[in-house]
Amino acid sequence: MVRIGAFLVGLFFAGWLLVSFLVGAVAYVTDPPAVTVEHEFHRDPKHVAFSFDGPFGKYDQAQLQRGFQVFKEVCSACHSLKFVAFRDLKGIGYNEAEIKAIAKNWAIKTPDVDPKTGEMSTRAPIPADYFPKPFANNVAAAAANNNAIPPDLSLMTKARHHGSAYVYSLLTGFQAQPAELLKEFPDAKTPEGLHYNPYFANLNLAMAPPLTADGQVTYGDGTKATVDQMSQDIAAFLTWTAEPKLENRRRAGLATIFFLLIATGLAYMAYQNIWADKKKAA
Amino acid sequence: MSFPWAEQYTPKHPVMQWVDEKLPLPRLVYNAVGAGYPVPRNLNYFWNFGVLAGLALVIQIVTGVIMAMHYGANTLVAFGTVEQTMRDVNAGWLMRYAHANGASFFFIVVYLHIFRGLYFGSYKAPREMVWLLGLVIFLLMMATAFMGYVLPWGQMSYWGAKVITGLFGAIPVVGEPIQTWLLGGFAPGNASLNRFFSLHFLLPFVIAAVVILHIWALHIPGSSNPTGVEVKGPQDTVPFHPYYTAKDGFGAGIFLILFAVLLFYAPNYLGHPDNYIEANPLSTPAHIVPEWYFWPFYAILRAFTVDFFFVPAKLLGVLAMFASILLLFFLPWLDTSAVRSGSYRPTFRKFFWILIIDVLILGYCGGAPAAEPYVMISQIAAAYYFAHFLIILPLISRFEKPLPLPNSITEAVLAKYGKTDGETVAVAAE
Repeated sequence: MVRIGAFLVGLFFAGWLLVSFLVGAVAYVTDPPAVTVEHEFHRDPKHVAFSFDGPFGKYDQAQLQRGFQVFKEVCSACHSLKFVAFRDLKGIGYNEAEIKAIAKNWAIKTPDVDPKTGEMSTRAPIPADYFPKPFANNVAAAAANNNAIPPDLSLMTKARHHGSAYVYSLLTGFQAQPAELLKEFPDAKTPEGLHYNPYFANLNLAMAPPLTADGQVTYGDGTKATVDQMSQDIAAFLTWTAEPKLENRRRAGLATIFFLLIATGLAYMAYQNIWADKKKAA
Repeated sequence: MSFPWAEQYTPKHPVMQWVDEKLPLPRLVYNAVGAGYPVPRNLNYFWNFGVLAGLALVIQIVTGVIMAMHYGANTLVAFGTVEQTMRDVNAGWLMRYAHANGASFFFIVVYLHIFRGLYFGSYKAPREMVWLLGLVIFLLMMATAFMGYVLPWGQMSYWGAKVITGLFGAIPVVGEPIQTWLLGGFAPGNASLNRFFSLHFLLPFVIAAVVILHIWALHIPGSSNPTGVEVKGPQDTVPFHPYYTAKDGFGAGIFLILFAVLLFYAPNYLGHPDNYIEANPLSTPAHIVPEWYFWPFYAILRAFTVDFFFVPAKLLGVLAMFASILLLFFLPWLDTSAVRSGSYRPTFRKFFWILIIDVLILGYCGGAPAAEPYVMISQIAAAYYFAHFLIILPLISRFEKPLPLPNSITEAVLAKYGKTDGETVAVAAE
């Protein structure tokens, strides 16, 4: 009884799946799915080498500080970094006095309540504060940016495939729309106010190229601030903001795996030892 | 333990004698996983995965309870509290990554455990109840994992919850009220998040309880073994401790090494980047995909694209997806072959490996975008999945001619280790 019922159920599901397959296959042949402009012109991130690549890679603190400078002077005008606090900058090599000064002189103020009147007010951030947001709310952010809300950057490199390379590619990827694209997809012309970038998912993004000229920031360590260099540095900094515990993690991993290898080796010997008499030919 | 030669517990220390008299817990442990449980002596490494699944459950409960101490089950703060755990809690990143990847490893070992059962016929009499309880654990795991994935309140959390609860919406007439009732609203929101957190905390302990029943049911007939031949006497078994505790210790070491490699060096490899974006009900991700361990079932769900007269394709997909798991409950009665082990069933073995490849293909298609040619491939693969269990397997068990079985476990073992006595080897080879 069970087997007859099962046979009928199986016949139904398998049969109907084959019918669905045939319907789909006929449609696929007679009316092949249209190629989309994204499918043809979207590019995977460029290959770029970072100091933190590979299982033993470490952050380059000088690079993180340069990246932080790019964030401070360029990105922070529109993008928030809400999961990072000023105190966290200790992780990229600033000391307490420097962090205090960075917080105090930050261009955007931290919202607060006036202790005397209870009115809404602002004050200079202190190291315990998170980076203040550039816009009071999403409506203000959208209004100031052609209806697109600049995303928070704290986790950006983990929120995209190959995030570090993605940030670098996006920043260096702005270009004029290729002629072939317009010839093949005349409707896909980049709309007014958007900017063509083949590394962006739908090819057109609201952000104007933020890094446009060499020397846009002046690095304290004498590194030449080319667009390429600045893009790498900010990508490295945003990798750190997304994964500040990367070095701890890899260090802990090395110790853990070393311990486990020894423990497992001993466990294997114990296993062989205990089983010795059972595995011998009797 | 049912075998008459199982050793009885005799406490030596006066304290243990005192305890055992008042509460025979030491006796229970001794008989369950100690020297009082005789186990077939020929188990291969595939028999390690039950203990490893238990280990994975313990890892999940320990890391999960710690995660819960830092988590805020409210849509306004959930995403932020998880981030704060990663950044500001001592070893919080370790707990979080261990919990997320621990779920994946739990499913890896459970899938291997299930496939071991399928190949070696562990679901057959007298172990049907062990198999059925195992499937109950599997269903509970799926529910727990799904609800756990919603808790960080990222984009995939939100849209995954929407899609999965939407499955209930496919049920005619009562579907939409059920979906609203499950979510506590018309879309995933604070009410959903709170109940998912509550249930996500509860269910692992329910799993632990069913695990106890699973092991209890196993101890009635005793463990199966790679030959599928029943234990005939004391020479066929070794005590669980120290023989299998030692072997499981080695297995646990290998498991933990692989776990550590992923956890410390590629903790986000199995996750989806979109879940690092906070949930946004106004922005639908380009491709909504569940975690990898649901991909084969997700592929079956999406394989139905044509309405069956008045039954919409979506409802068919939902029914098929549930059926693909529920049919496993009938397996002991679908496969009627008296021979348990796939090693002695040449036809069964071929189809078994086709099934493995089929499930891998389904998994690949389930993770791919819902576009051609993936849908067509999953339709063929899903058709085979149902045909395998519901049509092919019962037919094989009726018509297949199995290979001759060894007379006993000991004979099979001695043949393997080259017993010098030629006579026994000859019998084994026949």
